[in-house]
Amino acid sequence: MRTHTTVLAAIAIASSTALLLTGCSGSSGGSPSGDASSLTLLDYYSNEPDNGFIQAAVDKCAAELNVTVTREAVPGKDLVQKVLQKASSRTLPDVLMLDNPDVQEIAATGGLSPLSTYDVDTSGFAKGMLDAATYEGEVYGLAPTANTLGLFYNADLLAAQGIAPPTTWAELKDAAAKLTTGDTYGLAFSAIATFEGSWQFLPFMWTNGGDEADLTNPKVAQALQLWVDLVQSGSASSSVVNWGQQDVEDQFEAGKAAMMINGPWQIPSLNASGINWKSVQVPVNEAGQTPVAPLGGEVWTVPVTGDDAKQATAARFVECMSSDDNQLTLATERFTVPTKEALATEYASKVPDMAAFTEQVQNARSRTGELGTGWPTAATQIYTAIQLALTGQASASDAFAKAAQG
Amino acid sequence: MTAVIAEVPGPTHVGPGTGRPRRRTRITRESLMKASFIVPAALYVVLFFGYPVVKNVMMSLQAYTSKTFFTGQAPWVGLENYVTVFTSQLFGPAMLNTMLFTVGSIAGQFVIGLALALFFARRFALSGLLRSLLLLPWLLPLIVSSATWRSILDNDSGVLNGLLVSLGLGAVPWLTSTQFALIAVIMVNVWIGIPFNVTILYGGIKEIPAELYEAGALDGAVGWKAFRHITWPNLRPVVSVVLVLGVVYTVKVLDIILGLTNGGPANATQTIAVRSYQESFVNFDFGVGAAFSNILIVISLLFAIIYLRANRRAVDE
Repeated sequence: MRTHTTVLAAIAIASSTALLLTGCSGSSGGSPSGDASSLTLLDYYSNEPDNGFIQAAVDKCAAELNVTVTREAVPGKDLVQKVLQKASSRTLPDVLMLDNPDVQEIAATGGLSPLSTYDVDTSGFAKGMLDAATYEGEVYGLAPTANTLGLFYNADLLAAQGIAPPTTWAELKDAAAKLTTGDTYGLAFSAIATFEGSWQFLPFMWTNGGDEADLTNPKVAQALQLWVDLVQSGSASSSVVNWGQQDVEDQFEAGKAAMMINGPWQIPSLNASGINWKSVQVPVNEAGQTPVAPLGGEVWTVPVTGDDAKQATAARFVECMSSDDNQLTLATERFTVPTKEALATEYASKVPDMAAFTEQVQNARSRTGELGTGWPTAATQIYTAIQLALTGQASASDAFAKAAQG
Repeated sequence: MTAVIAEVPGPTHVGPGTGRPRRRTRITRESLMKASFIVPAALYVVLFFGYPVVKNVMMSLQAYTSKTFFTGQAPWVGLENYVTVFTSQLFGPAMLNTMLFTVGSIAGQFVIGLALALFFARRFALSGLLRSLLLLPWLLPLIVSSATWRSILDNDSGVLNGLLVSLGLGAVPWLTSTQFALIAVIMVNVWIGIPFNVTILYGGIKEIPAELYEAGALDGAVGWKAFRHITWPNLRPVVSVVLVLGVVYTVKVLDIILGLTNGGPANATQTIAVRSYQESFVNFDFGVGAAFSNILIVISLLFAIIYLRANRRAVDE
């Protein structure tokens, strides 16, 4: 209850602040706007190989716009804290990259400027990605590429048993049971007590018609029951309650899981491992359902720094990062999917490994599209319910009601 | 430390009878000297301890969210954050877990630490080397310790379960069952806390004059009797330091729990410190997070007061 009122109040305050701020920057236009030849930039691609790929894209756009760009990359988990610190010391960068579910939270602070101020063309981008970057009707950023979740499988293990890649939950359960032998579990997924656990549950929940606005709906419980069945039957390890997605990947690569739910960012590592892997879309409950997975990916935004000239240049920079050319290059290098629908087909034919993910992205939903800044509360309830059910503290049908009390 | 400060007599020794003007200059010079010693320390305490604590108390009375960082505005909400804290379903379990975690950790660390300290107080070959190896858990970054322990405690491929199974015992779901997770987390924290206990207690044992033991031995106080009548009474001040510092360190432990279970499974390892972290840095509700951490500060203060009172009595005696 209280969280609700706080969120409402927060949105009310934030929107008025945002209005004030945009009003100011729009009408006054008088802030010291001399030197726009240098930009600062903050992102979280601090690890190789992403760091190098992003740096190359940044350099290209810097050259195109004829500006010098000072880039800072911090580890992913530190980014939002860093942004908040920089906001309070009035040292926000000119260009800021955010994970897409964080965009609305940061936009709600009034710290971002809407792209419409700079006449940035947002047409042609995937709807889910625009939803994630939209707050109170304004688009605050563009994402060059997107990712999502799929089902990876060890083709050799499936072939040995004569099992076809599962497309429905029944097939998934059946395949997982058959593939569970000795040290190897049929399926691995992440059900950890963080937003990562919630994110992995979404393809099952959404595909089955479940919705984060009504978590006590039986369709959501049905999806949770699938996970409970997989763990209780021994087809998936009970350790999933402690596994992050990297742990899931480690299990798969070590041959301890025949299938896994994971994202395409694992592909470079999978290719290096020498495992004969393939991927399909996340299985659906009943044949005929459209698989709906959550949309991942990073959105580049223009923070309110008070320097109009720089903000305008930063908007051009954000536009450049999401140019067709950059989208295809970054998608190919990083195993992500271009966010412009027109580019997707070309991309899927160029990178066949990504065919399933490219299709999955087209129907993918953003996590914050519906609840906006209320998403973290729902995500917390989702992972809590998963944990309650998988550890036997509650039945799948009671878990969400019980989690909501916390 | 505190004991030393308590022994310093207050400014009462300025005797009467000396001429007024002379006395004033003497006092001024003396107090200037005193002040010059105290001011840097006082400034340091105010800046680095006082300010954050006051700020934290203020924050707990405000609606302090991610917006505040940008707008600088945090409306006062009175005790609303505390109401949220005390009425949340997780408050009771988190409080209980904090208590179990603290008591369990301290008991384990202290008993094992004291046993090891006594063991190493004897002279034997390689004692020094072994003692320095024992410091290893202390030197490792907590994030490394927790990651390593997470793999040791893994259900399927963990070394510990491998050992248990090979001994004919069953595998224990250390981190995946709600019954065992807290025990596992306490075990790891005991392991991490042992070096601190050994080091301080070993130092205390070495401080006890050897003559006491020689004299005791003449009266037949050897072995357990020597420990009971010579070591333990002489070690008591050190023991109280170890226990109080132990409590203050342990109630706020966060990294190990986050690294091992992240508060799960199913909230089984939620403590007040974890709640504070999650409210602040996951939900960005810094006001509620601050309210949680203020509870920890109050708990620590309680123990500090108990310690100071116990110590004052010791000095008075």
